[in-house]
Amino acid sequence: MGKTLSEKVWDDHVVRTADGEPDLLFIDLHLVHEVTSPQAFDGLRQAGRGVRRPDLTLATEDHNTPTLNIDQPIADPVSRTQVETLRKNAREFGVRIHSLGDLDQGIVHIIGPQLGLTQPGLTVVCGDSHTSTHGAFGAIAFGIGTSEVEHVLATQTLPQARPKTMAVNVTGELLAGVTAKDIVLALIARVGTGGGQGYIVEYRGPAIEALSMEGRMTICNMSIEWGAKAGMIAPDETTFAYLKGRPHAPEGADWDAALAYWKTLRSDPDAVFDAEVDLDASQLTPYVTWGTNPGQGVPLGAEVPDPEIFANEGDRTAASKALEYMALKPGQKMRDISVDTVFLGSCTNGRIEDLRAAAGVIKGHHVADSVRMLVVPGSARVRLQAESEGLDVIFKEAGAEWRAAGCSMCLGMNPDQLAPGERAASTSNRNFEGRQGKGGRTHLVSPLVAAATAVIGTLSSPADLSRSR
Amino acid sequence: MDAFTSHTGTALPLRRSNVDTDQIIPAVYLKRVTKTGFEDGLFAAWRSDPNFVLNLPQYAGATILIAGPDFGTGSSREHAVWALQNYGFKVVIGSRFGDIFRGNSGKAGLLIAVVDQKIIEELWDFVEEHPAAPITADLLSRQITADGFHTEFEIDDYTRWRLLEGLDDIGLTLRHVDQIDEFERRRTAYKPTTLPAKVASTS
Repeated sequence: MGKTLSEKVWDDHVVRTADGEPDLLFIDLHLVHEVTSPQAFDGLRQAGRGVRRPDLTLATEDHNTPTLNIDQPIADPVSRTQVETLRKNAREFGVRIHSLGDLDQGIVHIIGPQLGLTQPGLTVVCGDSHTSTHGAFGAIAFGIGTSEVEHVLATQTLPQARPKTMAVNVTGELLAGVTAKDIVLALIARVGTGGGQGYIVEYRGPAIEALSMEGRMTICNMSIEWGAKAGMIAPDETTFAYLKGRPHAPEGADWDAALAYWKTLRSDPDAVFDAEVDLDASQLTPYVTWGTNPGQGVPLGAEVPDPEIFANEGDRTAASKALEYMALKPGQKMRDISVDTVFLGSCTNGRIEDLRAAAGVIKGHHVADSVRMLVVPGSARVRLQAESEGLDVIFKEAGAEWRAAGCSMCLGMNPDQLAPGERAASTSNRNFEGRQGKGGRTHLVSPLVAAATAVIGTLSSPADLSRSR
Repeated sequence: MDAFTSHTGTALPLRRSNVDTDQIIPAVYLKRVTKTGFEDGLFAAWRSDPNFVLNLPQYAGATILIAGPDFGTGSSREHAVWALQNYGFKVVIGSRFGDIFRGNSGKAGLLIAVVDQKIIEELWDFVEEHPAAPITADLLSRQITADGFHTEFEIDDYTRWRLLEGLDDIGLTLRHVDQIDEFERRRTAYKPTTLPAKVASTS
């Protein structure tokens, strides 16, 4: 019997296997940020251990960092201490770091691919659940906790139980105005937030193959939102073209050797997945969430559901609690929901293609008076690229705020937060209670919906914009 | 890590599903660089409600949390485990957990006992009726017992063994350092390294 993509990559990284024990996996790339690493470095110090492979480790600052006045010291002393702790640890242990203000600083999951460090067939980990993003290149990539960060720093390996495999077959062609974000939101609404638990998922099929690397990263990024261990997409010409010429991509004979290997990274025709899910992309319209977990989503053209429609009691209770928190009523049209803030950015949708798409919608329009729009490039390079294309001017002329790179309003840790009761349309990944600031209310949307919503002031698609003209 | 064999204490029923790690501890509380002092952030958004279960006097001093399905989903923050431990919890019983949270708990010495959701409902009812009743979670026999109540729980053999022995994962792995050396020797040369840094990436 053949192997699936994830089984091939997994098997290539098993250092040791023993009955009754998890496999010991070698880790090719370890990304580090300021929030989940200080206790790990402390642990090394206490045990008198070093970083085994600083040459496979890369640190950056993203979660705590402000997106305004980045040339000044971080105002919040506790955030500043955490960032300075990372700088000190990087220096002490010989780890490369891209600090705030550095050209290659940015959200950890944006800079790995951008530098060409994320490559097919690698194992990639980071103390961050959205590490699944890197699976878009055909890597096994997953988030880990701080104890595991310490383990990887000390040994460059991780003991891991072999997950089951799942295929998500996405057929058909996306309609105009429907994006990778809508695919993944629709998928999670269907399978639920626990639907992927215990699985490495492979997204495949014509609708996935048609996506750019940015779109693929958006989908893999949200694998964790339905509980999957990791999400992967088989590398193809789109992947190779993205990688070619990047700073850490192989060159010359190494490129040829790598390419030959990368081309083997596909699930064999006779490989059997433990589970399969089918989704028809041609049936999808823009998706938005109404609740407080990413599975609580509906098409933009739909209404806020009545909790009574859910089959099990747990879902009914969860829906009622979510509606109460979100201050929404069953039957309310999603399009009638007005927002105070639009956030365009994050490791889900903070890449250049996302900014281009949103700018294309917003160009020639103005952000509604009742709305503030934050545009936060995922990395300093994305910001520079956008500026070289004049996207910053489009956003600023439309009345949006053009910010420096970081996690920003995705997680309510740095100065960019929602006020209690404030409502946002957000291109990020989590609509959890308080995720974007205590008492804040989040609707997850695509960059296209974010841009149209900013202009109209209620949840909208670009098509609504041309209708209202 | 301290060895864990058995724990007896009172329990607290948290009747909510999908309690993600942002609910367990919001991001704004993650700025400490130690593993202690996170108890103030535990369920911070709900703590201001005097009727929130953590604020009810009958559950004061509880060390066993009885959670709803999909507890600990979302963010990888191990601070969620530390916050529970710093507050005094030793055991979380639930029917379904986020993978990363469950892994983190095993590393940090917080026992995650998995039982059927039906049992959770029974436990919730039991604890609400008898908040002062001691409950025992015994890792050796994989049993949860209380007066007139007992059930088995699930935990994978490897995590159970590590908890029982109080073993440090890194120490265990370093016993096989020769195999890591060997793996590195045969690792493909074209795989990327972060050092030396190459300049000029693109977006």
